[in-house]
Amino acid sequence: MKPAPFAYARPKSLGEAVALLGQSGARALAGGQSLVPLLNLRLAPVERLVDLGAVAELRAVRDGGGTILYGAMTAHAAFEDGEVPDASNGLMPFVASQFAFRAVRNRGTIGGALALADPAADWLTAAVVLEARLHLIGAAGRRIVEAEEFVLGPYFTALGEGELIEAVEVPKRAASERWGHAKVAMKVGEYAESMAVGLIDRKSDRARLVLGAADGAPILFPEIAQRALGGATSDELRHAARQALVAAGRDFTPAKLAMHTTNLLRAIAQAAAA
Amino acid sequence: MKNHVSLIVNGRRVEMEVEPRLHLADFLREHLHLTATHLGCEHGVCGACTVLADGKPIRACIALAVSLDGAEIRTLEGLQGDPLMETLKDAFHEKHGLQCGFCTPGMLVSAWDLLRRRRDLDERAVRVAMSGNLCRCTGYQGIVRSIMAAATRAGSAKESA
Repeated sequence: MKPAPFAYARPKSLGEAVALLGQSGARALAGGQSLVPLLNLRLAPVERLVDLGAVAELRAVRDGGGTILYGAMTAHAAFEDGEVPDASNGLMPFVASQFAFRAVRNRGTIGGALALADPAADWLTAAVVLEARLHLIGAAGRRIVEAEEFVLGPYFTALGEGELIEAVEVPKRAASERWGHAKVAMKVGEYAESMAVGLIDRKSDRARLVLGAADGAPILFPEIAQRALGGATSDELRHAARQALVAAGRDFTPAKLAMHTTNLLRAIAQAAAA
Repeated sequence: MKNHVSLIVNGRRVEMEVEPRLHLADFLREHLHLTATHLGCEHGVCGACTVLADGKPIRACIALAVSLDGAEIRTLEGLQGDPLMETLKDAFHEKHGLQCGFCTPGMLVSAWDLLRRRRDLDERAVRVAMSGNLCRCTGYQGIVRSIMAAATRAGSAKESA
């Protein structure tokens, strides 16, 4: 199918992009790997498209000392190939290599994936587990939102009218921290049915565990993470994880409950063993 | 309303006024008559329309032509005579890498990129990397064999392979 007609602008600067996105009916186009299929299928009516592809500021990657700021238009493949510095002991390059297909990863961007907020998007889960902060910009100026607070529901974010993600700031994780990643997808490159990422740092006694593809915002399981750090057995963890998943109130089917429980356990066990 | 687009396609500069909704694959096929780029699903699933933009494979059906302003595009036509592409085409011929041929241009472009990027290919790695290109005829056996044969000749396979 072909998209319905729309007006198109390709701003060269961030200021220009923000001004264009302030117009009514405007929608930002990042890598387009989700939006253009939706346009082709005529599922996403768009009056005016503001293409962020020529805005150099959005491709900048800066070392901020304790953090790294990735411009929102950094392509997945740039993470996968190590073209940008890694703040995550290899987790971000791994995550970037594990979804969709190379041709999609060459064009798709981290900011676009986060802004779309498909519950199964890998960057969403990664951003939450890594305690990323999203730098937003709009007509009213700049603000910073924690990744954890950015996603409000499926395809529903804290982004205001005309606002866009400028950069994703990821704190440099401690070198002593280990990660584990578990994901179930129906086929290679398909959106995940379930995914979990766990972090364990025995040196600082810190652990994090996040479930993605959870029919909404990623869910944090701080207690399970702490118990894994404390050496709880896998039976204990399984029981606790299942209870916590039910308590999350997402009405998971029994099959999903089993899948999510297993992924949470795998991710944290991998982090604990690494 | 039309927008101006300036691209280099297979080494030739192309300037045109196009509708912003025109995707790159239709631009190549309908405006430049470069019909090696095939359209299967038109929503980024099947990989038949894979072309190179600035040397990297992309799906031409989910990239707007206007979005690629300034880019250098290479289609399968533009890879004619390229030594690695000729190696791949020979291997597809020898190992029965195609039946109807509809998916073949996308397969060749994706495989060309894979063989250039990787030096550690085995059958599993080829299957994973090529999973974004769908073939409805072959069952993939011949395609994987073809790419493995080309990878061995091009030095992109694991030594044990």
